[in-house]
Amino acid sequence: MVNPNVQGKSYPETAVYLVGREKIREFAKAVFSNNPVNHDVFAAQAAGYTDLVAPPTFPVVIQEQSLQQALADKEADIDFSRVVHGDQRFITNRPIVAGDELTSVLTVASVKSLGAHSMVTFNTEIFDKEKSLVCTAISTLVVRGEE
Amino acid sequence: MNLEALEVGQEVGSRIFSFTRDSLVKYAGASGDFNPIHYRDDFAKSVGLEGVLAHGMLTMGAAVQVAVDWVGDSGKVIDYGVRFTKPVYVPLEGSAEVTVIGKIGAIDLENRTVRVDLTASCAEVAVLGKAQAVVKL
Repeated sequence: MVNPNVQGKSYPETAVYLVGREKIREFAKAVFSNNPVNHDVFAAQAAGYTDLVAPPTFPVVIQEQSLQQALADKEADIDFSRVVHGDQRFITNRPIVAGDELTSVLTVASVKSLGAHSMVTFNTEIFDKEKSLVCTAISTLVVRGEE
Repeated sequence: MNLEALEVGQEVGSRIFSFTRDSLVKYAGASGDFNPIHYRDDFAKSVGLEGVLAHGMLTMGAAVQVAVDWVGDSGKVIDYGVRFTKPVYVPLEGSAEVTVIGKIGAIDLENRTVRVDLTASCAEVAVLGKAQAVVKL
């Protein structure tokens, strides 16, 4: 069972993640994007962006890093081998573009138990170099109980 | 785009995605999610799964492309959420076909946003629930 006392807990800001053009292209190909602003710098600039635009689910790369903190936290006691992704949401203030230097802060929004299972919702707030909020990634993990 | 001309329920597009083991390896590298349930049958079976399954986030990332193709700019998606309802098992050979259909779920003329409701299914079974992408036009 996940420790309910970690509800409300925040973790330290993650190290700076520099968003690279080739990472955006690699991610865009992996999610079957045909959208030129994800692949072609000229198309992105013609659409008004400074550089390649990351696909809508790209913030998961940053979320993945912040989640590692909670998964490694002995106090939270999350058994990763029993984790199933329940739901996911991205609320975007502005799209991520190549060249962005991003940090994130993870907060445990809620811990609920459903019979033998636990449901943990994490909010990852992603900030740019100017400390403006770029995106909030909300992820609910279901931790299956021991049979 | 003329929002007044749009109607709730109207289809905005559809795509069929073929997920192969190659797709999963590419997505693992692109996203940094190297959970072995997405590339090793023995490991997947040892934790009680039928076999290797696609990353839920791959299905989520592919499904939104139907909304992106419609608006023509991925940067216009301002809010996107899904529930993962069923796993997409990907065979060692061949592929799992995921069909995604996008329909207009809501129109907000004042804020110039449109909610695109996405259905994603594999072998006639819904694999995402409440998949909604809000686009700013």
